[in-house]
Amino acid sequence: MGGLLEKLDRIDRRFIYLLMALSVLVPLAFRLEMPIPVSPGPSMDLYEAVDALPPGSVVIVSYDYDPSTMPELQPMAVALTRHLMSRGVKIIATALWPQGASLAQNALTQISDSLGLSEYEDWVNLGYTVGGAVSVVRMGSSISAVFPRDRVGVPYDSIPVLEGVGRLADISMVIALSAGDPGIHAWVMVAQGRFGIPVGGGCTAVSAPEFYTYLGSGQLVGLLGGLKGAADYETLLKRDNPGAPGGTATPGMAAQSISHLVIMGFIVIGNIAFIAGRKRKRGGAK
Amino acid sequence: MNWEILGIWLGALLTLSLYSFLYRDNPFYKFTEHLFVGMSAGYWVIYNIFNVLRPNLWDRLTGAGEAGPDLWMIIPAVFGVFMILRLVPKVASLSRFALAMIVGTGAGLSLVTTLQTNALAQVEGTILSVTGGGLSEFLDSFLLVAGVVCGLVYFFFSKAHRGVIGGAAGIGITILMIAFGASFGYTVMARISLLIGQAQFLLFRWLPTIPLFRGLAG
Repeated sequence: MGGLLEKLDRIDRRFIYLLMALSVLVPLAFRLEMPIPVSPGPSMDLYEAVDALPPGSVVIVSYDYDPSTMPELQPMAVALTRHLMSRGVKIIATALWPQGASLAQNALTQISDSLGLSEYEDWVNLGYTVGGAVSVVRMGSSISAVFPRDRVGVPYDSIPVLEGVGRLADISMVIALSAGDPGIHAWVMVAQGRFGIPVGGGCTAVSAPEFYTYLGSGQLVGLLGGLKGAADYETLLKRDNPGAPGGTATPGMAAQSISHLVIMGFIVIGNIAFIAGRKRKRGGAK
Repeated sequence: MNWEILGIWLGALLTLSLYSFLYRDNPFYKFTEHLFVGMSAGYWVIYNIFNVLRPNLWDRLTGAGEAGPDLWMIIPAVFGVFMILRLVPKVASLSRFALAMIVGTGAGLSLVTTLQTNALAQVEGTILSVTGGGLSEFLDSFLLVAGVVCGLVYFFFSKAHRGVIGGAAGIGITILMIAFGASFGYTVMARISLLIGQAQFLLFRWLPTIPLFRGLAG
């Protein structure tokens, strides 16, 4: 037993990488599925807040991320966009990150085409703006001052979906999908804090803990944290719309769960090997 | 030529080159790392010129849109030039004016908002009723308030952490450790999610482009 623990203590790190790779690849390759129970919490709160929006209301969805965090945030973007569009909510897409505008366009066109909706009538992608929170402050008095044209150069005033939408106060809700700064912080600080607009969020798992304080204080109406948050949202959407196509987060959750079990196993084994090694050294010293 | 297939293959080969570092450092990894750094720098330069500088400065200054030239834009243009002058040692100090403008504006705009959002609203969030609701809500509120107070006591260094203060600080650091543990758990989840994203790309987009593996993706 002592010899085995000694070997484990000196295990080649590449063996750990290999096991991690297998714990992700095997469940994905064999399309392993695991139940995703969604209990009351931030994901359900956001879903219910979106579900309570009356058809025809206008929502800003800010796609504040780039391809490096796509695996976590794009499934959220697709599920949220589908939920909003299927409820007849008008979407104004913005981006505080440059590449967010293109990723938004992918999600918006994909869902819009599948539901038979049309750009400029049901949604618009205003594109990227520099400045982060400063731009959000300016949107409080005039959105067209920040986005005089949409992503491809169509003037703000000529876009039907923007008719009657002049400033943040005309928006029913802001949903920020954020990979960092600028992102949820900017929208909560300005849109919610200064103008009282309800703000919901989706973020990478790394940054989720820092936004939980906003949930407790009611500054965020709901939050999707990482791939689990995206899978929660896909599950809720599928529950209410059985015909809706599945997303990419749910199939990834089996791999996520199994890889977490492997990591937990390594943590336990590593600690046992460490404690045993320390005892051995102490015994040797005596 | 099918550009999509070419893009998928390029993405897959670069992904595998990067992951090859897990075995050991090698020329494929080095090449991909340098390619990424160079491409990113080039991309950002071009993106900023065409999506930031041109619409926000040049078009407004020259009146490229329907409106006439906005001469106020000369001020930010001059500050922008000052920033670039950091590259010229003799006049590098001029960039301080631009930096002062950025810092001053940023601080002025965010001071009150940050205080309101991240301090006052958070304090308000800990002021909870202990009379309304059932036992579970009372315990929930009590735990939150006790956790905040004990956490703050841990960071109070003007009194020795002994006796009641020491006990409260001990509870505070325990709560902080639980928070760090939760944060670490989320970080692990995030990293695995990124690996899952790339694995899905390799399995379901790249492998099916190899005739031998077509059946795998279904």
